[in-house]
Amino acid sequence: MHYNWNWGIFFETSPDGVHTYLTTLLMGTGWTLATALAAWALALSLGSLVGVVRTMPYPWLVRLGQAYVELFRNIPLLVQMFLWYFVLPEVVPAAVGDWLKQLPDASFYTAVVSLGFYTSARVAEQVRAGILALARGQRWAALALGLTLPQAYLYVLLPMAFRIILPPLTSEFLNIIKNSAVALTIGLMELTARARAMQEMSFQVFEAFTAATVIYIVINIAVTFGMRWVERRAAVPGLIGAPAPAAAH
Amino acid sequence: MFANFDFEVILRSLPYLFYDGMTFTLTLTALATLGGIVLGTLLALMRLSGLPPLSLPAAGYVNLMRSVPLVLMIFWFYFLVPYIGQWVTGAARPIQVGAFVSSLVTFTLFEAAYFCEIMRAGIQSIPRGQVAAAQALGMNYVQTMGYIVLPQAFRNMLPVLLTQTIILFQDTSLVYVLSITDFLGAASKVAQRDGRLVEMYLFAALVYFIISFFASLLVRRLQSRVAIIR
Repeated sequence: MHYNWNWGIFFETSPDGVHTYLTTLLMGTGWTLATALAAWALALSLGSLVGVVRTMPYPWLVRLGQAYVELFRNIPLLVQMFLWYFVLPEVVPAAVGDWLKQLPDASFYTAVVSLGFYTSARVAEQVRAGILALARGQRWAALALGLTLPQAYLYVLLPMAFRIILPPLTSEFLNIIKNSAVALTIGLMELTARARAMQEMSFQVFEAFTAATVIYIVINIAVTFGMRWVERRAAVPGLIGAPAPAAAH
Repeated sequence: MFANFDFEVILRSLPYLFYDGMTFTLTLTALATLGGIVLGTLLALMRLSGLPPLSLPAAGYVNLMRSVPLVLMIFWFYFLVPYIGQWVTGAARPIQVGAFVSSLVTFTLFEAAYFCEIMRAGIQSIPRGQVAAAQALGMNYVQTMGYIVLPQAFRNMLPVLLTQTIILFQDTSLVYVLSITDFLGAASKVAQRDGRLVEMYLFAALVYFIISFFASLLVRRLQSRVAIIR
């Protein structure tokens, strides 16, 4: 193999003249995490709303929720990002479109919005599955006690549903971190984009991509362990997934 | 808002979009699915073998692939495949491979990790008694897997495998980052040449939507038909 390894490249100054390559990668990591977290907040709130709507006793609302999920699940994320970034400013009134185009960090906001909506459809499916996994009697009991429908969701159904669906939500959160790399196509300088820029400037292809890979793995492990701790704390006692109580002797 | 929406540009570019672009997308999807399922099944068998020299590398591979973004893997393999080709063939310099081979290798190796997890779940869903029964009949490992376990695992997991294929179909749009003319790449090239981003991207989204939507409808119908009644 004729490839000149140079691991010292990380401490050399990047073409911006100020930061080392390592610093640019860490800055990219910051953008990756910021994008993922902001998009996750959007995905979780929208997804919960749509998931709840899909279990409501109103057929037209259920169908609306279903249409929402189908729309955002059946178009590739990259295409959705292009729609938000290139198409939206053209089809809204000219003044709004101009404002959108001149927004500083437009690619960041676009990435957050498109990742958020894209992931919300998946979160909605999980939330719905979580609510449907509960015994029907829980809803009836809550309503029989005189709770209104919103109260039944808020105090009885959702707290249980969220504890049940924590593991799939964890993988959706990991997905949103990975999917944020797609935003490099609209110019967001997140981790993968920084690695690519470093490769183009320094020609040290494999060092750059190795570093990015290692950073993604570290983030992955950190999130997985953190969420495992949360899952243990939030496990519903008595379910198979919960740690068994200490056996009595 | 759609006053100057130009349908003409879509009509004009239809042959290019579908003949050049969609052919690439569908071929890549089909071949990567096939390769991914074969490799993924082998990985699943390795993970379940109970032999650490086999199960640990397989688990490491799957976890590695599943923790990095596909975009990063596309870049990795784009630069790595020429070196792998050189290593395999023993050539003097890195082998120049086309965009198609590079993306086929990438998607096969990447999706194999996901297919592995599906097949692992499928194999684990088969009652242990069947393996014992096959061994009692005198079958060896290959016969047990080939005649008893894998056919049932495939049948149980067929809907999930197909759903993953739809995801793979959508994921192939990411070859855009290598400026490859897949369906989205073709749409994007026309969009930029003619300055018709709105029309082309909306049309691309519509086509992806229709294909994925009806494919998942079919999968749902298939699901009720292939389910083994117990």
